[in-house]
Amino acid sequence: MGLVNIKIDGQAYQVEAGLTILEAARKCGFVIPSLCAFNHGECSRASCRVCLVEVKGARGLVASCVYPVAEGMEITISSQKAVEARRASVELILSNHHKNCLQCDKNGHCELLKVAEMVGARDGMYEGEQTPATLDELAPGLIRDTSKCILCGRCIERCKQAQGISILGFENRGFKTIVSPVQNRSFANSPCLQCGQCVNVCPTGALMEHSEIDKVDAAFKAGKKVIVQTAPAVRAAIAEEFGEPIGTTGTGKMVAALHRLGFYRVFDTNFGADLTIMEEAHELLERIQHKGVLPQITSCSPGWINYLEYYYPEVIPHVSTCKSPHMMLGAIIKTYFAKKHEIDPKDIFVVSIMPCVAKKYERQRAEMPNDVDAVLTTRELAKLIKRSGINWQRLPDEEFDQDLLGEYTGAGVIFGVTGGVMEAALRTAYFWLTGKEHEKIDFEAVRGLEGVKEAALDINGTTVRVAVCSGMKNAKALLEEVKAGKSPYAFIEIMCCPGGCINGGGQPFVKPLFLQNEDDDILETYRAKRAKVLYSEDVKQSVRQSHNNKDIQKLYKDFLGKPGSELAEELLHTSYVSDRERFPNK
Amino acid sequence: MLKIKTSEDLIKSHEHLASCLDKKFHCEEGKRAIVVCGGTGCLSSDSADLLARLQELIKEKGLQDKVTANIVGCFGFCSQGPFVKIFPEETLYTKVKVADADEIIEKDIIGGEIVERLLFVDPQSKARVAKQHEINFYKLQKRDIALKGNAEINPEDIEEAIGQGAFLALNKALHMSQQEVITEVLNSGLRGRGGAGFPTGRKWQFAYDVQSDEKYVVCNGDEGDPGAFMDRSIIEGNPINVIEGMMIEGYAIGAKNGYFYIRAEYPIAVNRLRNAIKQCEEMGLLGEHILGTDFSFRCHIRLGAGAFVCGEETALLNSIEGQRGMPRPRPPFPAVKGLWGKPSVINNVETLANVPFILLHGAEAYASIGTEKSKGTKVFALGGKVNNVGLVEVPMGITLRQLIFDIGGGIPNGKKFKAIQTGGPSGGCLTEKDLDTPIDYDNLIAAGSMMGSGGAIVMDEDNCMVDVAKFYMTFICDESCGKCSPCRIGTKRCLELLNKITEGKGTMEDLEELKSLANVIKSNSLCGLGQTAPNPILSTMNAFYDEYVAHIVDKKCPAHVCKSLMQYKIIEDKCAGCGLCARNCPANAIEKTDIVPAGRAPTLPLRVHRIDASKCVKCGLCQANCRFGAIIKD
Amino acid sequence: MARLQSQAVEQITEIVNRYKGEGTPLMMILSDIQKEYGYIPLEVQELVSSLTGIPVSEIYGVVTFYSFFSLTPKGKYVIGVCLGTACYVKGSQLVLDKFEELLSIKPGETSADGLFTLDALRCVGACAIAPAVSINGKVYPMVQVGQVESIIKEYRSKEAN
Repeated sequence: MGLVNIKIDGQAYQVEAGLTILEAARKCGFVIPSLCAFNHGECSRASCRVCLVEVKGARGLVASCVYPVAEGMEITISSQKAVEARRASVELILSNHHKNCLQCDKNGHCELLKVAEMVGARDGMYEGEQTPATLDELAPGLIRDTSKCILCGRCIERCKQAQGISILGFENRGFKTIVSPVQNRSFANSPCLQCGQCVNVCPTGALMEHSEIDKVDAAFKAGKKVIVQTAPAVRAAIAEEFGEPIGTTGTGKMVAALHRLGFYRVFDTNFGADLTIMEEAHELLERIQHKGVLPQITSCSPGWINYLEYYYPEVIPHVSTCKSPHMMLGAIIKTYFAKKHEIDPKDIFVVSIMPCVAKKYERQRAEMPNDVDAVLTTRELAKLIKRSGINWQRLPDEEFDQDLLGEYTGAGVIFGVTGGVMEAALRTAYFWLTGKEHEKIDFEAVRGLEGVKEAALDINGTTVRVAVCSGMKNAKALLEEVKAGKSPYAFIEIMCCPGGCINGGGQPFVKPLFLQNEDDDILETYRAKRAKVLYSEDVKQSVRQSHNNKDIQKLYKDFLGKPGSELAEELLHTSYVSDRERFPNK
Repeated sequence: MLKIKTSEDLIKSHEHLASCLDKKFHCEEGKRAIVVCGGTGCLSSDSADLLARLQELIKEKGLQDKVTANIVGCFGFCSQGPFVKIFPEETLYTKVKVADADEIIEKDIIGGEIVERLLFVDPQSKARVAKQHEINFYKLQKRDIALKGNAEINPEDIEEAIGQGAFLALNKALHMSQQEVITEVLNSGLRGRGGAGFPTGRKWQFAYDVQSDEKYVVCNGDEGDPGAFMDRSIIEGNPINVIEGMMIEGYAIGAKNGYFYIRAEYPIAVNRLRNAIKQCEEMGLLGEHILGTDFSFRCHIRLGAGAFVCGEETALLNSIEGQRGMPRPRPPFPAVKGLWGKPSVINNVETLANVPFILLHGAEAYASIGTEKSKGTKVFALGGKVNNVGLVEVPMGITLRQLIFDIGGGIPNGKKFKAIQTGGPSGGCLTEKDLDTPIDYDNLIAAGSMMGSGGAIVMDEDNCMVDVAKFYMTFICDESCGKCSPCRIGTKRCLELLNKITEGKGTMEDLEELKSLANVIKSNSLCGLGQTAPNPILSTMNAFYDEYVAHIVDKKCPAHVCKSLMQYKIIEDKCAGCGLCARNCPANAIEKTDIVPAGRAPTLPLRVHRIDASKCVKCGLCQANCRFGAIIKD
Repeated sequence: MARLQSQAVEQITEIVNRYKGEGTPLMMILSDIQKEYGYIPLEVQELVSSLTGIPVSEIYGVVTFYSFFSLTPKGKYVIGVCLGTACYVKGSQLVLDKFEELLSIKPGETSADGLFTLDALRCVGACAIAPAVSINGKVYPMVQVGQVESIIKEYRSKEAN
């Protein structure tokens, strides 16, 4: 696109054609308060009317979030008329908002509060009746509080575009409008994946994760040995919560913080990831060698499992029976680790720090009720750290505890990004099939953030075709093939959230309004920046294949026997059910 | 069925059918013709049964060779319906009941005598008027452009429409270039009849200029303004005329498909339109190679489902696309990216009904009617506190006084005119001082209202203007789609303030807040519905500020409408003590006193009654039942 | 979906199939179903969703947006009191109030015996005969508060016979 000349508040600028006024203004150094718009057209309903500006020649005020710039356009952001209009829109929204801001979970991340500050909203304007509200706290992963919803529609778009399932929609009309699953049901009674993508985009406290900090507090209070593990993707984003640029590695400081928080042991879920690879690669080889059901599909992502059980129960036989890494690690902590240290497993309380809200649901599944006792998101961990008076910036870098389950490999680290599980599995499968390591450790073909990737790998003269995808909307076509028995692949990795766990529903919010120092295109690039953290940590590891993890080898030798053993089956594997039964009303 | 495949076919058929129509109306073969009004208003007063009875009688009496009877579209003078008109004399009978059929047949058709008692009585002169054009209501009207054919031809018979000249305009257009057609419409000065008055030709030009493999024309028949029924009557009376207008538009911009979006509340209009489309298709007037040219066109019907906001064109498009009727931000404009992302022109029913006239008679003929910037005629649905309620088509430039007092026959019961609301919930009220303003788009806006789609509700001294504003706000609040916050929340807040004021709890600060809120909604809302929603508040506040103040400061409703601020009282001197009021009171709020009514013997059981204000629910039944005029509102 | 009888499934499938050739048939499908059954319960919306591929949340959003569509069955007699401007200025609110009082239901609700549904209508275009009340399509012209009781009685006695 070419350039156009515009004027903002009298100053001349040249900007790319095709931008909205809002985007152009940002590039020119202006910040127009805005609320409903999100990421260049991902959500562009022009409905909140907060970003109003004057454009010479246009009829009335225009919504800068949708209005494209044009040659010669003269825009006024700072006129009294525009300033007052923006303030009035915000004040009206506030008049229909449950304003318990001090106690609200979104305190500090609320775009409405930020915008209210920016426009100078006045106290007590336009007070009146509020839209009848619903508070849904039934689902393990998510909370929906319509008293804080501003009807921007971002969540609706995200659910539709990322997962293709449109759980959320507008309901009713006018002042009674709410955003809800069909019939204003709970998420718990909807075929919702609890992936939390909706939470990531919600500007206010209308959608939040279901916090389990209280449970952790209670466990400490009860004198339990509280053991924490952190998923790979957490380290790629936790630093953002403390004001560091997106793409900052947070591993060392995070571990240091966890030590200061008093956890009995601080483990890395990467160990669980390595263990998953051992079991999953073994399962794959079994299927290949014994003409089992192929393709095999990964099972690490609980959001994907929720999708599977409701939308594609026919595909269940294809899905690896492996528990997800943190559940495996939880099971090992409560058996192997407990036994070695002669601790009664009942006294152990395992907390998983995850980039994910679906893991909150996963840990409560009937198939594995005791492996993990609480799941906190990356955001909840930040809250724990903040309330404890720890100054993140001044923390030293510390190492995970090296105690039976301490070692981890580069293969485990990359689980946090789409393609990572596949790459890790290929490293080990290749070794097992050929007896030697693949010369080039990196399998570039399965890297990158595209929705669907595929690759072919030559193993001993046999071409093994694999596919990787993230976002359930992208998975649909692959799954249709599998269902029809026409899938050309041997192994498929599926992650629920677009881009994988680095973009999980429990990760720090990426809200340009709060990230004035990030690049303008941060919503396009943050996933790549986080992914880079993981890939560079992979490279830094001396051991980069799961099967070469010494602690893993010891675990098998001392306890599990070999991959796929009876004990491994009992502790590390699970089963799935068709979920249609669970929602007879859906 | 007759097939019309070429221009020549059309001309020939027209000539033949015109002579048939002529014979029918001019009685050349000694035959007479009865037509019965088939508009929604008359049908609800049993005009269908009336027609059936007339037809039955004709058969019974063996009059088939002497007289025909059929239905026609709306006569417009709805308060006098149902109508029966006899040709060739053009005798117009009003308020005809089924039971009157016998007399019409016996006395008029057989006896050749006019049934005097069924003639219209002029409210001023009290004289009976036999012919339609002699009735004041019709005198100033010009019902031959948008309402062409209404009350003349059978709307369910395409042959009568062709006899009257249908498709001649299309035929002419198809022999012009697309640009020539657009230029003709541009030159005619036709402006959108849906409300905002955007020049129709310019809309067409935009869409014509956009390159696209597919374009659409859409007819907006989602007439949601409460108190307006222009579009309904136009479609009910002459659906072919609207279809022809749409086809001309389709040809002009290069569209092959047209969509009618009609309110589901209008079943008769929908059926007649559906029937008309079917007849056109059977004749070959819709489909491929129309009139032997390369022009192909199809019409489709989509029903609204009860959402006022779908009258807003982008909301309408969303509705056709099977979505919630929430307006889209603009740009992109529908002419660039409309229905299913294709260039689309949305025109209102009445606008399209004007198009055939323009093509047939030329832009100049059309532009000779009306004012400098508002050409042609406008159809109004005149209602409320006016003697002659109904549908009128008048040339632009007529004054409100002519509309209300000459055509409308003034205010009933000797009450005083207070205001007229034009433009429905998006418009405003005009008062005494505006009565001599010539009606056109720009004058109405200058006067603080707007043309709107044509609703014109007259209010008299018994109407409370704060209550009227509250009525419209309730409507808008119900009908706000909920998408944008100023309209969704702001209209609710306005309504809350108006409720407070009409309940006598308002303060002058509330009045200020109401005004500022109204201006916020106006400037900040996403679509036309929101941007015009506060107009009824602003215009009543402007013209009747004192009335607002009376509610707030004096805690009085001057028109005695707002229940919290009025009470019913029995005037002792007038009360005859009959007790009828007490017997009808649903709240047992009326009690007997010991006072003997004036001029009555104390021995009689009659005693003056009194209303206990604490029990009264203000339903008004006592007043309605009092035969002595002893109960007043205070 | 199990709760729908097979006859209903067939009929709804037939309705959906009517509009196979249309790009965006949802409104037409829903209108037909509303007309056929008098309401569009969630089970039916789910069936339409699985037949058309339109997410049920979108269908539900459409059904709850338009006042013509109803999620619950309507009474045998649907009483519509017009609250259009012309009717309102002639006192139709009082008529509506009276219906509410006598039937003990609010607009949009159905009486316990399933006989009456009360609706407040926006202009039915019968402004000349304001206030207008329509019951199952039959229009009562110039209804006064005093007539309300006898109108209800008319239908009740019709039912009693």
